[in-house]
Amino acid sequence: MSTIPLEHVRDEAPWRLPSRGVIAMTGLIIAESAIFTIFVAAYLYYIGRDVSGPTPREVLEIPFFGTVCLLSSSGFIMIAERAIEHGKMAAFTGWWAFTILLGGIFLADTGIEWYKLIVHDHLTINTNLFGTCFYSLVGLHASHVIVGLIMMLVVLVCAVGRKVHPQHAARVKVLAMYWHFVDGVWVVVFSVVYIIGR
Amino acid sequence: MGTDTPGIPIGGGIEAGIDRTRPHATRGTYLEVVHSWIVTVDHKKLGILYISYALVFLLVAGVEALMIRVQLFFPHNTFVTPATFNRLFTMHGTTMVFLMGMPLLFGFGNYLVPLMIGARDMAFPRLNAFSFWISAFAGLLLYYSFIGGVGLAGTGSAPDVAWFAYAPLTERAFSPGHTVDYWAIAILASGIGSIGTAINIIATVFCMRCKGMTLMRIPLLPWLYATMSFLTLITISPLTAAQAMLLIDRYLGGHFFDTQAGGSAILWAHFFWIFGHPEVYVLILPGFAFANEIIPVFSRKAIFGYSAMVAASVGIAFISTGVWAHHMFTIGMTSFGNAFFTLSTMLVSIPTGIKTFNWLATVWGGRIRFETPMLFSIAFLFQWVIAGLTGIMLSISAWDWQLHNSYFVVAHFHYVLVGALVFIVFAAIYYWYPKITGRMLDERLGKWHFWLMVIGFHMTFDVMHFPGLLGMPRQIYTYEPDRGWTLMNQIVSIGGFIQAIAVLILVYNMVHSYFRGDEAGPDPWDAWTLEWSIPSPPPPYNFAIDPVVASRRPLWDLKHPEDPDSAFE
Repeated sequence: MSTIPLEHVRDEAPWRLPSRGVIAMTGLIIAESAIFTIFVAAYLYYIGRDVSGPTPREVLEIPFFGTVCLLSSSGFIMIAERAIEHGKMAAFTGWWAFTILLGGIFLADTGIEWYKLIVHDHLTINTNLFGTCFYSLVGLHASHVIVGLIMMLVVLVCAVGRKVHPQHAARVKVLAMYWHFVDGVWVVVFSVVYIIGR
Repeated sequence: MGTDTPGIPIGGGIEAGIDRTRPHATRGTYLEVVHSWIVTVDHKKLGILYISYALVFLLVAGVEALMIRVQLFFPHNTFVTPATFNRLFTMHGTTMVFLMGMPLLFGFGNYLVPLMIGARDMAFPRLNAFSFWISAFAGLLLYYSFIGGVGLAGTGSAPDVAWFAYAPLTERAFSPGHTVDYWAIAILASGIGSIGTAINIIATVFCMRCKGMTLMRIPLLPWLYATMSFLTLITISPLTAAQAMLLIDRYLGGHFFDTQAGGSAILWAHFFWIFGHPEVYVLILPGFAFANEIIPVFSRKAIFGYSAMVAASVGIAFISTGVWAHHMFTIGMTSFGNAFFTLSTMLVSIPTGIKTFNWLATVWGGRIRFETPMLFSIAFLFQWVIAGLTGIMLSISAWDWQLHNSYFVVAHFHYVLVGALVFIVFAAIYYWYPKITGRMLDERLGKWHFWLMVIGFHMTFDVMHFPGLLGMPRQIYTYEPDRGWTLMNQIVSIGGFIQAIAVLILVYNMVHSYFRGDEAGPDPWDAWTLEWSIPSPPPPYNFAIDPVVASRRPLWDLKHPEDPDSAFE
C-alpha cells in the first residue's frame, strides 16, 4: 500500500468468476484423493509383511483387458464431451453409452477376478493382510466406478429421452471430470497392486 | 461520492430496493416456523442452526468436564466409576472437537462468508442443508450411545477409548461392545458433513464474489475460511479412511491394525494424527479469521500487512500437514523421525509469529475501544502466545519424552483450544450477535462474563501445567494422596466451575438480550466489511442491490469518500 494516491487505469474488463461445478468437483476429487492416499499408504506399508496365506505373486494376474477398457473410456468420454459442445446430441448419446459399456466391462472383469480369488485361491478380506488391503483398496476404487456409472446412466437415460441439450455441456463436463479422476486412481491402484506389490 | 469511484450504491439506490411492504408480517403458526427451519437452505438460518447446535454441545461437554474435575478433586474419589470416567473424557474430547468446534466454526462461516463477499447465498444451498443435517444426526447418534445397549459397565455404550481411539484397544478383541462403533460411525457421518461444507465454502469464495471483489480484496475472514476448508478436505479424509479400516477390522475380519497378522497398531496412530494435527489448525484458522476482523475495527486501523496475513495463513495450513508425528514422539520412531518432526513443528511457529506480530502492529498506534469483543480479543492474543510457547516446548522430542501423556500436554492443548479458540469465539459472538439478531448483547454482563472467564481459565489451565511437570498422567481416574498433586487439582477444579458460571452468564445474556437488548441497527461497531451495510438481522436476500467494491474496506470508502482505500490499493 502506497501513501501517495494511485491513478487507477479504468479497466472495464468483464467480471469473470470460475464455474461452481468445476471448483466443487475439484474439491471432491481432492478429498477423495486423500482417502485413496491413506489406503495406498497402508497397502504399500504392508507389502511383504504377511504372516501367512496367499501372496500377491501367487494369485494375482494382471487385469489387462479391464484396464484397457477403463483407461480408454476416458478417451471416449472426451469424444462425447466434444460432441455435446458442438451440439451433436446423437453422437453424444452414442459415445456416452459406449463409455458406460467400457466401465461395465471393467467391473465385470474385476468381478471375474474376485470370483477366482475367493473361490479358487481362498483369498478373502479376512484371510491375511494382503487380502484385507487388496479388497479394501480395489473395492474402494470399484465402488467409485459404480457410483460414476450410476450417475452416467442417469445422464444416459435423460439423453435417450431427449432431455439433454447442448447447454448442459458444462454439467456433463463436471461429471466427466469425476470419471477422469476414477481412471486416474486406477492407474495408481494398478501400479501399486499389480506392479509394485507383486 | 465522485462519479468515477465505484462503490455500493447505498442511499437512494439501496433504500429504494428494500422490501418494506410487510414490515411486521406475522410469522405464521408454530408449525410453520419450525417447518421453515427444518427445510431451510438459507445460509443464515443454517448458520444459526449450526451455532445453536454447537452451543448446546458446548454445555453438554462442559458438564462432562466438570464431572471429570469433581472426580479428580480428591485422591481416591468415588464420584464416578473408572469405566464411566473413561467414557467422560472420551465424550468430552470427541464432543468438543466434532460436535462443538467444527459446527460452531462452520456455522459462523456459513453465516458470514456469503455476506462478506456480497453474495446471495452459498454456492450450493441444498448441499449446505444436507451437511448440517448429517452433522446433526451424527451428534445425536453419538449421544444415543449413552442409552443404547448395555456396555461393559452397564452405563450404556458411550465410547470409552479416548478421543483418539488407539488400536488395538479398538479392535473387536479388546472392545467387544459397540462403544467403538458409535464413535466411528458418528464421526464418519459428521466428517461427510464437514467435507460437504468445506467444498461449499471454497466454491462460494471462488465463484460467488460480487463485482470488483478480486481475491486480494476479500476480507481476511473468507480467505481464512477458504484455507481452512481446503485443509479440511485433506484432513478429514484420512480420518474417514482410518475409521473405514477400523470398521473393516471389526466387522469383516480385516487385519489393518491386527499385530498378530502382521498389521501395525502404530499405523492407526499415524493415520489418526495425520488427521488430528491439521484438525486443530482447521479449528484455529477461523479463530484467526475472527481476530482479523475484530481487532482492526476496535483499534480503528486497517489490518497490518494483509498480504502477509494471507501468505502466513496459507503457509500455516501447508506446514501443519507435515507435523503430525509430534503426537507420537514416544511411540518408537527413529531419531531421524523425531528430529524431523521437531523441526517441522518449530517451523509452523514462523508464519504464526508473523500473524501475531501483524495483530500487534494493527493495535499499535490505534485508538483502542475496550468493548467486550476487544477484551476477549486481547485475552486471545496473550493466551495464544503462551499456548504456542508451551507447544514449542513440547515440540522438542526429548522434552516431550518426559511429558507425553501428562497433564502438561492437557494444559497446553486446553490453553490453545479454550484460551485462544473459545475466547476468540466469544469475541465473535459479541461482535456478530447484533448483526444476527438485531440486538446488542448487554455490555455489563459481557464484562462479568469476560473477567470470570479470565480468572477461571487461568486458575484452571495455568495451574494445570504443574501436576503435569510433577508427573501426573492424563486420563487417570484418580491418584495417590502422597504425590503432592491434590491441592493443584483442587484449584484446577474450582477454576472450572468459575468458567462454568461465566458461560452461564453468556447464555443468560444471549437469551435476555434477544428479547430486551438495545436495537443494534445495521452498523453498531462502525466497521468496514459488507455485512455491516445491510439491516440487522439481514433480509433473506441479503443485498437489495448487488454491491460493487473497489477496495478491501468498502464501507470505509463509503463513509470516507474524501479518503477512500481504493485510491491507495
